Amino acid sequence: MPGKPKVAFYWCASCGGCEETVVDLAEDILKVVEAVDIALWPVALDFKFKDVMAWPPGHVAVAFINGAVRLSEQEDWVKLLRQKCSLVVAFGSCAHLGGIPGLANDTTREEILANKYHRSPTVDNPRGSRPETQTQSNGYHLDLPVFWNEVKPLDAVIEVDYYLPGCPPPSKLVAEAVGAILKGELPPKGSVLAPDKSCCEACPLNETKPETLTIKEFKRVATSTPDPKTCFLAQGYICMGPATRSGCGERCIRGNMPCRGCFGPTPGALDMGTKMLSALGSLGEAETAEQARALADTLVDPIGTLYRFSLPASLLKRRVVKKEG
Amino acid sequence: MAEEQFEPKIVAFLCRWCSYTGADLAGTSRRQYPPNLTAIRVMCSGRVDPTFVVKAFADGADGVLIAGCHPGDCHYTNGNLKAMRRFPLLIKLLERFGIESERVRLEWISASEGELFAAVAKEMTDTIRALGPLHWNERVARLNQAM
Repeated sequence: MPGKPKVAFYWCASCGGCEETVVDLAEDILKVVEAVDIALWPVALDFKFKDVMAWPPGHVAVAFINGAVRLSEQEDWVKLLRQKCSLVVAFGSCAHLGGIPGLANDTTREEILANKYHRSPTVDNPRGSRPETQTQSNGYHLDLPVFWNEVKPLDAVIEVDYYLPGCPPPSKLVAEAVGAILKGELPPKGSVLAPDKSCCEACPLNETKPETLTIKEFKRVATSTPDPKTCFLAQGYICMGPATRSGCGERCIRGNMPCRGCFGPTPGALDMGTKMLSALGSLGEAETAEQARALADTLVDPIGTLYRFSLPASLLKRRVVKKEG
Repeated sequence: MAEEQFEPKIVAFLCRWCSYTGADLAGTSRRQYPPNLTAIRVMCSGRVDPTFVVKAFADGADGVLIAGCHPGDCHYTNGNLKAMRRFPLLIKLLERFGIESERVRLEWISASEGELFAAVAKEMTDTIRALGPLHWNERVARLNQAM
């Protein structure tokens, strides 16, 4: 069908939740299918690398790529899609900032493989096998993807035109983005297709935030339950709201879960974690260095809390444990 | 040929009211201190967002000094207390990333403490020289490529 623009969906290191968002468009997906042709969607339709290689450049109007990049195969795919698609949208937290898989940058490839293939109590691996990148099968030589020591956001591998944030992006934002692309009413290249405000500004608990907010100790949802009707920060829970972009529909807050920061940093913030740290520090109730240290002691897992979705896109990018050179 | 001595790059965020003036005094009173510090004048130690510290490391600094007025002397009443509250959180985060806590210091240096400024500069330079270069981005790149 000529005339209809083509779209491609692709997934890299992700959980499948982003694909679910497309399905969650429900009846609206019919409107999408009416307006566009789906040229590639591995979760639903079978496609091979060579099929896509045969496309002429610009064959597809827009590619929505979700997931972080951590395998050589994913790098090959996204580079190919970049050549063949006019627009590339990083879809969801993992493609945008590295996301949950990006927390692998808090450890190393060696540690991950040792845990998965040897140490884990449920593993039965008497020969001590590890994934290989080459193998022979029925007389054929097979090259398998290389698992990297690093998880990257999409824009660390290819040029990205737009970002749709969220874990997963809400259907409303997806529908708006698709609409804007079809109408050609797009913001400047590199924009995040979500509001420019912080999550707090849209938060239903914002009114309960006291005039002067102080924190005596950091509490965790794992060990206590917050009051669902009061600002989580005022209760001492680390809610990433002040450092996070809005547009999510505050789904977590309404589910009595403090914001975890999946929408990424507010516009202009260089580093999400240190921005939040700055806010937390100034809210701390401590008059002496001793008290400030005691408060800091109650912060468990600083990287997992402050960079839950954004570690690979942070200024320091990863943990480097061993001192080298 | 003898190996060249490692000269640490230290970024010093100095509060405009106390510590920057203290550094000035160290100079005008001809105190000797190592030239490894690059001073950045800020309005208050409370203005030093932890992002600045992390950015300095990511851009090649080996150490970062934050210096402000003594508690109680802040020109803005309590900006230095904000710096004091953030500091242990920042240390904790940096240590988790693998950056030694000795690479960051928070000091209270008043406008009359030129001597103290010179002493801190010397001590910090010596400590970091002993630790060796940080070269954060190179370390990250090396680890990323390691298999």
